Amino acid sequence: MNDYTFAYLDEQTKRMIRRAILKGVAIPGYQVPFASREMPMPYGWGTGGVQVTAACLTPEDVLKVIDQGADDTTNAVSIRKFFQRTAGVAVTEATVEASLIQTRHRIPEAPLTEAQILVYQVPIPEPLRFLEPREVETRRMHALEDYGLMHVKLYEDIARHGEIATAYAYPVKVEGRYVMDPSPIPKFDNPKLSDSPALQLFGAGREQRIYALPPYTRVVSLDFDDHPFVASKADHACDLCGAGDTYLDEVIIDDAGGRMFVCSDTDHCGSRRRAGHVGRLGVPGKEVA
Amino acid sequence: MYVAVKGGERAIENAHAWLAEERRGDRAVPELTVAQIREQMALAVNRVMAEGSLYDPDLAALAIKQARGDLIEAIFLIRAYRTTLPRLGASRPVDTAAMACIRRISATFKDAPGGQVLGPTFDYTHRLLDFALMAECDVPPAPEASATPGPVPHITGFLNRDGLIQTEAAGEATPPDLTREPLELPASRPLRLQALARGDEGFLLGLAYSTQRGYARNHAFVGELRIGTVAVEVDIPELGFAIEVAEIELTECETVNQFAGSKTEPPQFTRGYGLVFGQTERKAISMALVDRALRWRELGEDFLGAAAQDEEFVLSHADNIQATGFLEHIKLPHYVDFQSELELVRRIRAEAELAQAQPEAAE
Amino acid sequence: MMMATGSAAPLFSVRGLTKRYGARIGCADVGFDLFPGEVMGIVGESGSGKSTLLNCLAGHLVPDAGKVIFDTRTDGPRDTLTMSEPERRMLARTDWAFVHQNPRDGLRMGVSAGGNVGERLMAVGARNYGAIRATALDWLGRVEIAADRIDDRPSGFSGGMQQRLQIARNLVTGPRLVFMDEPTGGLDVSVQARLLDLLRGLVREMGLSAIIVTHDLAVVRLLADRLMVMKGGHVVEQGLTDQVLDDPQHAYTQLLVSSVLQV
Repeated sequence: MNDYTFAYLDEQTKRMIRRAILKGVAIPGYQVPFASREMPMPYGWGTGGVQVTAACLTPEDVLKVIDQGADDTTNAVSIRKFFQRTAGVAVTEATVEASLIQTRHRIPEAPLTEAQILVYQVPIPEPLRFLEPREVETRRMHALEDYGLMHVKLYEDIARHGEIATAYAYPVKVEGRYVMDPSPIPKFDNPKLSDSPALQLFGAGREQRIYALPPYTRVVSLDFDDHPFVASKADHACDLCGAGDTYLDEVIIDDAGGRMFVCSDTDHCGSRRRAGHVGRLGVPGKEVA
Repeated sequence: MYVAVKGGERAIENAHAWLAEERRGDRAVPELTVAQIREQMALAVNRVMAEGSLYDPDLAALAIKQARGDLIEAIFLIRAYRTTLPRLGASRPVDTAAMACIRRISATFKDAPGGQVLGPTFDYTHRLLDFALMAECDVPPAPEASATPGPVPHITGFLNRDGLIQTEAAGEATPPDLTREPLELPASRPLRLQALARGDEGFLLGLAYSTQRGYARNHAFVGELRIGTVAVEVDIPELGFAIEVAEIELTECETVNQFAGSKTEPPQFTRGYGLVFGQTERKAISMALVDRALRWRELGEDFLGAAAQDEEFVLSHADNIQATGFLEHIKLPHYVDFQSELELVRRIRAEAELAQAQPEAAE
Repeated sequence: MMMATGSAAPLFSVRGLTKRYGARIGCADVGFDLFPGEVMGIVGESGSGKSTLLNCLAGHLVPDAGKVIFDTRTDGPRDTLTMSEPERRMLARTDWAFVHQNPRDGLRMGVSAGGNVGERLMAVGARNYGAIRATALDWLGRVEIAADRIDDRPSGFSGGMQQRLQIARNLVTGPRLVFMDEPTGGLDVSVQARLLDLLRGLVREMGLSAIIVTHDLAVVRLLADRLMVMKGGHVVEQGLTDQVLDDPQHAYTQLLVSSVLQV
C-alpha cells in the first residue's frame, strides 16, 4: 500500500472533507454536502465514517473501531485493519485509550473526554427521509424549520401503539434548531449525545453528507410533554459482568429458547470483569481472551 | 459458559484465501490471462470501463479477472482505484464528427453522406449456440475494404440545417464534475449526462424501455448510432496548443424524438443524447432515451409522473456501486438496532395483551 | 354586512394584482379590500382567472405585479409578496388557511384524522399529546365527524367527510383569513347543502374572514357578504352580494345570474 498517502485519501480530498467538517461544527446538526470519494470498501459499509476518520487522523492518534459496540465484529476488524495498513496508527480496544473512535450503531458506555473524537457511520442522514423522499423538499423543510410533520409521525405512533414506536435512529433536535438523525444508535444512547465533552462527527458516504455535534452541544430527543422520551433497554443485567446500566445484546443459547443478555460494548464488559464484577452466568476471575 | 464470538480477523483472512482459490477454479484448467480477457471479453471490458469511468482496457480486464466475472464488483475495483489517481488536467471535448467509425447506422434515413456501416454487430446473427466454439477453432479473417477517408457528418446536422430539429447550442461553461462535487439537485443537463454515462446499464435499459411502453413516451428513433475511435487532445499551456494524448473508442447515439412546437414556434424534432466508453450500444441508446425523458421541463412538456422523467429518482438510483453497497450492507450485523425493536415490540404486545385481558377497565 | 362603515382597517388589501402566462392574461389589475369578519365571493366561469387570482393571493403563485397586503398580528400591514419564505410559510400555517376543492390535495391521506387535525398545532409548537388529541376531538365534533373515527385514515372517509376533515384541519389554529377554492365542488347536492350549512355556522361563530372562489351562485348567496365577478382575467363587477345578484349591472353578470350561461 506504499503508493497511497497517509490514511489512503490524497491531501486535497482530506482538505475538502475537513472544510465540510468545520462547516458542520459551525452549524451543529446541519447536513453539509461533500464530494464523497469512492472508497475501497462498499457504500453502506462505513465509507462516510472512514472518510471522516481519514481526514481527522494524525500519526499520533490511537484508533478504536467498533461495530454494534464490539471491537471484534467483522466490519470493525476490516476498517481497523484498513487504517493500520494505510495510516500505520496505533489501535486499541480500550475506549479510554483511544483518541479517535469510529463507531457503527453505538456510543461507548465509558464517558468520553474532550481529548476524544467520536466518528459515526451514517446510512441515511436525513431524519425526514421516510416522511418525504425528495431531497429538494427535505432541504427546504430544514431551511424553513418546517418540522411539524416529524411530530405528526410521533403522534401517529402514540395513537396506534400507545407509545413512540421508534427504537433506534431516534430523531433529535440540536441546539433548538436542526432536527438530526443520530445514525441508527439505539435510543438508549441518545442521552449521551447531549452535552458530550467529545467532538462528535457524522459521515454518510453514499449520501454525501457530513454533520457534527461540537463538544457540549445541547441535543434533545423529540417527544411530547405527556409522552416523554425514555432511553430504554432490555430489563436485565449483563449475564457476564452484572452491569445493570448498559445496553445489552440478546443471545440465543440453546434450542429451547434459552437466552442470555450481555453488554453490547465488549470493552466495557471486559474491563468490568477484569475488575472483578461477575454476572449471572459469568465465571469469577476468568480472563477474557 | 458462554463465550462471545471472537476471531473476526482470522475469519476474514480465511475467507479471502478461500475466495482466491475459488477464483482460480480447477487448477487443471489453464489460468486466464488479462490479455485474453481484454481481447476476447471486450464487451465486458467496455462495460467496466464505462461504468467505472476509467478508460483502461488492461485494468478493466484485470478487475474482471479479480472479480471472478462479477462486472459490478469489477466496476467497483476500477472506481476505487480511479479515485486515488491525481487529476492532471481536462481534455478538450472530443470531436465525434471526426470519429473513425467501425459502425454507423441511422434509422431515420436510408442513406446519408458517410453511408450506413453495419460493423461488428450481433444484430443479424441468429442466436444459435455455436458449438464449434466449444473447441478451439481459428476464425478466418473477415473481408476487408479500404476505409472511406474524411469525416462522417452527423445525421442530426442535416436536420438541423433545415431547422427541423432543435439546435443544441455549445455551452461555454465548464461542466461540473460529479466525482469531485456532491450531486446537487436540480441538476444541469451536463451533470445529468455525466451521471447517466456512468450509470448502471441494466437500470438505464429498464427506464428507457419503460418510456417506450408509455411511461413518458417520447417517440424515439435512432437518428444515428456510431461506434469508433476519436482522438483525445489536451491543451498544454506551456506549449500554447493542444496535443493528442490518446485514442479512445466511443459509442455515440443521437435520437430524434417527437416534435414540439406551437402557433408561434414551428414544430421541430427534439433530441436525446448518449455517449459511452467502448462499444456499448445498448447503454448508449438507453442513455439517449432517458436523457430525452428527463428534458421534459426544458422542452415545455408535462410531468407525467413517470420514473424516467423524475430527475431525483433517476440520478439517485442510477449508480450501481452506490446501490449494491447499500443493498448488501443489510447483511452486516444490525443486532443493536434489531434488539431495540425487539424490546419495543415485546413491550407494546405486553401492553396490548394486558388491555385485552381487562377490557372494561380500559376506557 | 358588518364592518361596512369603513371605520376599521382592512385585514387584507390587494392592489393592481396581475399575472400573465406568456401573452395570455391570468388576471389583470385586481384590487379590493377585505375587512375583518367579511366573506368575499369570487365568481366567474372556468378560465375567468378566479383560481389564478386565489392562488396569487394565497402565495401559491407569484404574480407579475401588484401588492397583497395582510394586517399581521405582530407587525401590522405587510406586503406578503415581499415577505421572506419562512415568514410566508409561518403565515400559511397560522393566520391563513387554504381549503382545496379536492380534499386529497389538502389532507395527508396516510395520516389519521386526529393527526391531520393536529399537524398545524404541532407545526407551531404544540407538544402535549393529550391536549392535541383533545383539540382534535373537539374539532372533529364541530365538523360532525364521530369521535371514534379519530384514529382512522381519511382514505376510508366519504367525500363529504374528507372535506369536513380538511376544514377542521385548516381552522384548528384559529386562522384569521381562509381561502377556499370551490369547497363544495366535487360533492353531491345533498352533501353540498350540509357542508354549506356547516361552513356558514363556523364562519359566523368564529368571525372568520374568507375569500371563496366558486362558480356556484348558491354558495355565494349563502356565505358571501360581497361579490366579485370575473371574466377574462378582469373584475367586471363587484358589490354587496344581494345587490350584485338581484340587480346585476354588467351584461356578463346578468347572463351569469339568469343562468343562461352554463358555468
